[in-house]
Amino acid sequence: MIEVSPVPSFLAAKTGPRAWLLTRDHKRIGLMFLFATVAFLFLGGAFAMLLRTELVRPERDLFDATMYNRLFTMHGVVMVFLFMIPSIPAGFGNFVLPIMIGARDVAFPRLNLASFYIYLIGAFVTLGSLVGGGVDTGWTFYTPYSSTSPTAVAPTAIGIFIIGISSIITGINFITTVHTMRAKGMRWHDMPLFVWSIYATSIIQVLATPVLGLTLVLVGLDHVLGIGLFDPRVGGDPVLYQHLFWFYSHPAVYIMILPAMGVISEIVCTFAHRNPASYRAIAYSSLGIAFVGFLTWGHHLFVSGMSETDAAIFGVLSMFVAVFSAIKVFTWTGTLYRASIRLGTPLGYLFAFLFLFVFGGMTGVAVATQSLDVPWHDTYFVVAHFHFIMVGGTTTAFLAAWHYWFPKMFGRMYDERVGLLTAALVFGGFFMTFFPQFLLGNAGMPRRYYSYPDQYQALHVLSTGGSWALGLAMLLAFGQLVVAWRKGPRAPANPWHSRSFEWSTSSPPPEHNFVGPFVVRRGAYDYDLTQEEADARSTDR
Amino acid sequence: MPAPRTAEHFADLATQQRAARLGMWTFLASEVLLFAGLFALYGAYRVRYRDAFAEAVRHNTLWFGTTNTFVLLTSSLTVALAVRAIRADRCGSALVFVGLTIVLGLGFLGIKGFEYADHIEHGLLPARFFSSDVITGPGAIIFYTIYWIATGLHGVHVTAGLCVLGWLATRIAHDRVDATNPVALELGAMYWHLVDMIWLFLWPLLYLTR
Amino acid sequence: MNEIVREMLALPPQASTVAAEIDLLHFWVIGVTMFGATMIAALALWFTVRYRASRVGGKPSDAVERVQTPARIEIGLIALLVLLFLSWWVVGARQYSRLQTPPDDALEIWVVAKQWMWKFTDAEGNESESRLFVPVGQPVKLVMTSRDVIHSFYVPDFRVKMDVVPGRYTTVWFEATATGSYPILCTEYCGTEHSGMRGEVVVLSPTEYARWLRGGKAPQIAGIVYREPGAAEREIPRESIELVDQGERIAAREGCLRCHTTDGSPHIGPSFAGLYDTLVTMQDGSVVRADEAYLTASMMDPREHIHAGFPPVMPSYRGRLDPGETAALVELIRELAPHERWDTPAQTPSPKPDDRYPEPDAPGLPTYPPTRGVAGAIK
Repeated sequence: MIEVSPVPSFLAAKTGPRAWLLTRDHKRIGLMFLFATVAFLFLGGAFAMLLRTELVRPERDLFDATMYNRLFTMHGVVMVFLFMIPSIPAGFGNFVLPIMIGARDVAFPRLNLASFYIYLIGAFVTLGSLVGGGVDTGWTFYTPYSSTSPTAVAPTAIGIFIIGISSIITGINFITTVHTMRAKGMRWHDMPLFVWSIYATSIIQVLATPVLGLTLVLVGLDHVLGIGLFDPRVGGDPVLYQHLFWFYSHPAVYIMILPAMGVISEIVCTFAHRNPASYRAIAYSSLGIAFVGFLTWGHHLFVSGMSETDAAIFGVLSMFVAVFSAIKVFTWTGTLYRASIRLGTPLGYLFAFLFLFVFGGMTGVAVATQSLDVPWHDTYFVVAHFHFIMVGGTTTAFLAAWHYWFPKMFGRMYDERVGLLTAALVFGGFFMTFFPQFLLGNAGMPRRYYSYPDQYQALHVLSTGGSWALGLAMLLAFGQLVVAWRKGPRAPANPWHSRSFEWSTSSPPPEHNFVGPFVVRRGAYDYDLTQEEADARSTDR
Repeated sequence: MPAPRTAEHFADLATQQRAARLGMWTFLASEVLLFAGLFALYGAYRVRYRDAFAEAVRHNTLWFGTTNTFVLLTSSLTVALAVRAIRADRCGSALVFVGLTIVLGLGFLGIKGFEYADHIEHGLLPARFFSSDVITGPGAIIFYTIYWIATGLHGVHVTAGLCVLGWLATRIAHDRVDATNPVALELGAMYWHLVDMIWLFLWPLLYLTR
Repeated sequence: MNEIVREMLALPPQASTVAAEIDLLHFWVIGVTMFGATMIAALALWFTVRYRASRVGGKPSDAVERVQTPARIEIGLIALLVLLFLSWWVVGARQYSRLQTPPDDALEIWVVAKQWMWKFTDAEGNESESRLFVPVGQPVKLVMTSRDVIHSFYVPDFRVKMDVVPGRYTTVWFEATATGSYPILCTEYCGTEHSGMRGEVVVLSPTEYARWLRGGKAPQIAGIVYREPGAAEREIPRESIELVDQGERIAAREGCLRCHTTDGSPHIGPSFAGLYDTLVTMQDGSVVRADEAYLTASMMDPREHIHAGFPPVMPSYRGRLDPGETAALVELIRELAPHERWDTPAQTPSPKPDDRYPEPDAPGLPTYPPTRGVAGAIK
């Protein structure tokens, strides 16, 4: 066990602004992505709190309908494109993946840095549209409304397009890295499962994002020049836009959840101190989700006037995608069986994830059931479903990853009691915000509604109260990490006694991740070896 | 000619070159998907406006399209010959072939430019700018909207490819790309082949299926 | 029991014939969801207690036994899950098919959605805004189109919803099982007053419904006459079509073009060109706006609506045109209004002036539209 590294950590090597702004070190780029995405998480969260506060009463409280419509659109745009898509892959993926496979960096480090700046430029162009009043079309930009809405559609579309380029570059980089830069002796089935999930995510990023790019170009052309392919006045079909949009945006949700699932796989095995109940099940189901996820987009169009046959096909394919997710849930739960489980904040987040993701995922199967989707479509039920997955799933896993890899990234430890407490507060605040929304959806409350019939008010008040609690909890959760970074006790190289490869190097790692070439003669979950034996078989000296 | 440098994060030069090629293939896959969306839209609207599309295709000048196809195909040949030359360490020939490719690419854009001018003169413009009396109806308007967007997007990619080839030409001229370090030219040629291949799909859809 | 679960889940009353069976599937699916999530979390917690390190013992650096789940358990669980999901799919698809297939005896009503209101017109030309009057115990089929952007017609109590799309028409049907008033909510975001675009379905007893019909704009009629479409005659396919094209074909087929021109030149009847939305003088001196209701009523009962200066020779098309065909003809006439021609160079199109959306000064430069009233107020 390497406790003191003979070389300086990556944080200490080459200091100063230029060393960060022009870095090619994937760890520094990963950290920059993490800080940026957290900042945008709070920005999108602030928009959400404004929305929820306005919804306390059906009448105008803080602002009018026009502002409300712009706020919910920007909430969606910021959360999906500026936070959810890049956060785990470009943040934690960048930091951890090369170390996990024993590489010195990603395949294309300069391209990696470029992807960060392209992301930032795109983010600022998107947010720059706020200066012009923002957009009010919803993050989905449905035509014909997006063609005629007198808001800053084009700058927002361009901004998201630019972010998409960053996403594609990240995907290309990770795919190439996994194929060409594994340490000597590391076969595909020796890799940690997080790498499989990032690999599957990268495939989706590379293949789906260009379609989004095309869609945004068409939206922009229509809005600015009136060159519309979906304008009924020239014979276009507005529903065709929805097909094109969701062809990207449904795989996009798997970009958002697969990396989170990878994080959970790592945490389960480490804290259970055991091999995964089935390595192949988790590895292959990641690829399965990536593949089948491309075939299910039509379930967003069940009430758009599609034929029964098409609806039936999309319905059954949507069921299959859920099976892959269920396989993972069974495997994670099964990994806790006959294990040797240590407690800790990441484990706390794991429980929250298991409950919320299963609940949210099953409600996904529910809305994929065609006849049930008819009353539920575009109501708060769907809003609750995807927030259970994206907040209860991905953001929970994001917070879990922050705690799990915190010692590796900064060489310090956070306070476990405070960590667990903030985890519980996040869970509670989340549940109080979004569970009432299932009931609101059942009762018929449509989404994107500024005001509503009076009978829905009680549930709205409950949800808003929860959102304040959730906002506060998120601030506390990240706040205590900042405190830990400044004042936490020093962390050893492998505080969790994990067998996964990133724990074989110091905390924080040296600039090139390892002291010498990393050679591997074992799998990532060989808990049937003692720590000594494991270290002997995965060493950089 | 200086020996190529292995970047410090790669195990060896062979791995670095393999990674470069894989990265380019992956990027080309993303480009294919970009155009695939447009082809899908074309397909969906063609089913809906079968006759109008066929008539609109008949209105396109076949020889413009076919000539352009030959131009691009030839340019793919010349760029492939450039790669062959550079691998055989005939840098002078490689430079000539790259130059020919660029000339042919510019020729493609030139012919396209004439064609666009012809369309503009006849009012065959996208969406609300459409103003032809000879061919009317929503199907025709949609066809020409897709036509302009698809060929425009392709033209952007041709231009980008020409810039890349131009840059490669200077690199060859300065001996930075040669037999020991041919990868950059190989990648540029791959991109050019993709641009050609996309045209090979556009050509029948826009000119042949009458 | 059904009622108790329904209330616990905050579902609205079951006011249509399909609501009960949809709710039953809902209970089953949601029940399994809640049960599944709880079971997984409980199992995880139990394992954590049972196999916690302090109980199981051993140092963290120790080796632990490799445990592999037997393949038959993995496959068995997956198979069970696939069967469960497939069963939901089968039931859901069947119900969906019933939702998409209106009964043959459905009463047809034409719906126009526009920012931000609903307009309903029945086969006779009886028109109402925001309130849809239907009889109880009678299947009703709505043929819907939009004037501008996509809207969605949703009645929570009936469990029905269908998007309303410009340039084509979509259909939805329901049969109300109890009299009363049920909210209509627009469920596809359509702009500033999206949340104010509401209405209600007023379900009346047969006698009350007949009374409403008599009190409507159309003249006295002895009952509702609608056409039973024969399968071969069915002009309009279920797939989307270009309404204006369809309108042209119908106009030719039904002989409209024998008396009405489409280019403004005078003939036996008023030209379709430049007619829509203009003020028209009637033979009795009254002035009427040539909107959808007027055009529909003219087709159904032309003798009641004689345009001044034209002979009263137009035959009635009641029973010869169904609401979809009427819609297509109205669409054709609307297309021929002067400011919406696309295909001649002299007339570059400009969007319809609408003071809810002032035109931007230049393409891509939005101007902030003026705030319009208190939220929820329908303009």
